[in-house]
Amino acid sequence: MSRKGFLPLGDRMTEGQMPMHLPATALLRWLQRLAYRLGIRGRGLVIAVPYLWLLLFFLVPFAIVLKISLSEALIARPPYSPLFEWVEGMYLEIRVNFGNYLFLLDDSLYAVAYLNSLKIALISTLLCLLIGYPMAYAIATADPAWRSSLLMLIILPFWTSFLIRVYAWIGILKQNGLLNNLLINLGLIEEPLAILYSDLAVYIGITYSYLPFMILPLYATLERLDRSLLEAAADLGCRPFKAFLTITLPLSLPGILAGSLLVFIPAVGEFVIPELLGGPDTLMIGKVLWNEFFTNRDWPVASAVAIALLLFLVIPIMAFQYLQGRQQEARR
Amino acid sequence: MSQPNRRQTKLEPWQDPNEEPYVRIDGVTKKFGDFTAVDDISLNIYRGELFALLGGSGCGKTTLLRMLAGFEQPTEGHIYIDGVDMSEIPPYERPVNMMFQSYALFPHMTVEQNVGFGLRQDRVPGPELRHRVDEALELVKLGHLKRRKPHQLSGGQRQRVALARSLVKRPKLLLLDEPLAALDRKLREETQFELVNIQEQVGITFVMVTHDQEEAMTMSTRIAVMDAGWLVQLGTPAEIYEYPRSKFVAEFIGQVNLFEGLVVEDQADHVLIQSEATGSDLHISHAGSVPVGTRVWVAVRPEKMALSLEPPGVEQNVARGTVDEIAYLGNLSIYLVRLESGTIVRVTSPNLTRVTEMPITWEDDVYITWPNYAGVVITQ
Repeated sequence: MSRKGFLPLGDRMTEGQMPMHLPATALLRWLQRLAYRLGIRGRGLVIAVPYLWLLLFFLVPFAIVLKISLSEALIARPPYSPLFEWVEGMYLEIRVNFGNYLFLLDDSLYAVAYLNSLKIALISTLLCLLIGYPMAYAIATADPAWRSSLLMLIILPFWTSFLIRVYAWIGILKQNGLLNNLLINLGLIEEPLAILYSDLAVYIGITYSYLPFMILPLYATLERLDRSLLEAAADLGCRPFKAFLTITLPLSLPGILAGSLLVFIPAVGEFVIPELLGGPDTLMIGKVLWNEFFTNRDWPVASAVAIALLLFLVIPIMAFQYLQGRQQEARR
Repeated sequence: MSQPNRRQTKLEPWQDPNEEPYVRIDGVTKKFGDFTAVDDISLNIYRGELFALLGGSGCGKTTLLRMLAGFEQPTEGHIYIDGVDMSEIPPYERPVNMMFQSYALFPHMTVEQNVGFGLRQDRVPGPELRHRVDEALELVKLGHLKRRKPHQLSGGQRQRVALARSLVKRPKLLLLDEPLAALDRKLREETQFELVNIQEQVGITFVMVTHDQEEAMTMSTRIAVMDAGWLVQLGTPAEIYEYPRSKFVAEFIGQVNLFEGLVVEDQADHVLIQSEATGSDLHISHAGSVPVGTRVWVAVRPEKMALSLEPPGVEQNVARGTVDEIAYLGNLSIYLVRLESGTIVRVTSPNLTRVTEMPITWEDDVYITWPNYAGVVITQ
């Protein structure tokens, strides 16, 4: 039996007339149907916009930097050799130069700078964790009426520019700065401490600047923690400190991981803090990159440094993603 | 076990004046700021009991349980467990374990690790620990799931893990906070009996908090009914059901008809109450002495009343009215009868025979009668 035969005439009329009367609606509907057929739903469209943004402003510059890192330095404008070239207008010549990467391995400066950056970032992350965990714990267990105000205080420094806040530390740490004057006046020290322009100042600067990024994810996990679990532990004979170690700490691991990555990743590539607070022998990869680019004007090597740094950072991010995925699977 | 049918041997230690109470709650009051959650409660719980704290939300039953566990400190009064004052003893040193309403299973540990947690705190050596964990899991029939994590279990299975975890340390006292509230109806009924069986097997004293009067009735040896921080009545399920001492208890436990009236006769073997609601005098054969002229309520349970179309030919304990509503529940029918005074009376009658046509139907004029022993005089 043919379905067509039963279709009333009116229906066919409206179907045919729609695009004529309302071309805009019809076009929209046609696009919707096309998107639907291509498997794009409303959700997909919403996600597509930020993806497009990232594609334009992250992936494209990344490709450009990658391209530069594979070229040779020239004294020209731009100061590198082209990757693709038309030879006699007929052949496409591609010249790939891995020399920049090999050069990074050759000169120990780069390896030392990378390792030093990792070391500084790691120690700063640990300091952030040691200071941030008790703070996050205190906020999460505070009276609910106080929590939002306490969190506000954590976020408050963001109202001032990052650069200005780092500058302010110069005033605090310098030879006759706030800290030294205070300690001398208190009679704790005789001679001013040489903190500024040393690794210590860099640790202080990074820990101070990135502390909120550690506290916020930690707070989020600790606040969600079911208090009755600690009561259950106590009920089963577990003393408070041991209950913290066996219950609270393992269950806040996702927060520790998220906070640590949020501190560690930007700290590795940090440039401003070691530049302003660090000494001449504070070697960090961000500074090396800056020098390579602006002082040596060796764009290809600078690009290679940047790409290598990115690879260094992508590995922990992927590890994090993997762990999170596994944990979400476990929740289900 | 030695006493498989404890109910038959009729364990009633509270009747025995020589029996020492196992848990003694002595004048305990708990205040949160201006709010009094528990108000001067004193009661004794005996060894081997399954004791229920029953009441609506906010009546203080959970606070009392939490004070037994040590999570809250009494503002006034003392709690003794097995003769020891618990005032200064923190939760982790009390010989008490609790099964939480949310179960509070550790999500990052397997079933086995959850159950073994308490034993590990006591540094029980490995082989014994494993043996006791297995034993506890066998008791709740979960031996095959010991490697699972809590999120891989159903609600009923989690409840069993929580039970095994709280039993494995063989506490002197097991506290259960709404142990069955998170289960669906069918599972709840099955679990009620299972929990009672387990309690008889292990012989540990249970104190259970519940808002479900049916649960308290089926499971417990004795019930303490609480309201607004007060202990309103304490007794066996039958005592509480048959002899409620206040309107609150009568209405909270089961269904009840209440008739207000005036005491007109107070004899040794009965009291007589004149009631405007029924139009007849109410005769109660077993009541204690109530002075003539007191305004009281008479409580009569719906299942103790009978309906008839013909006048029953008695002067007392009778009321006349018309049938307003009938609910046929299969095993029994509920009739709502409107008396001439406007009072609605609820009568349940068992459907003993197979009836296709009801003898009594809507709008029928009926007589309600009940025996002399059915009514209870309530003065509060």
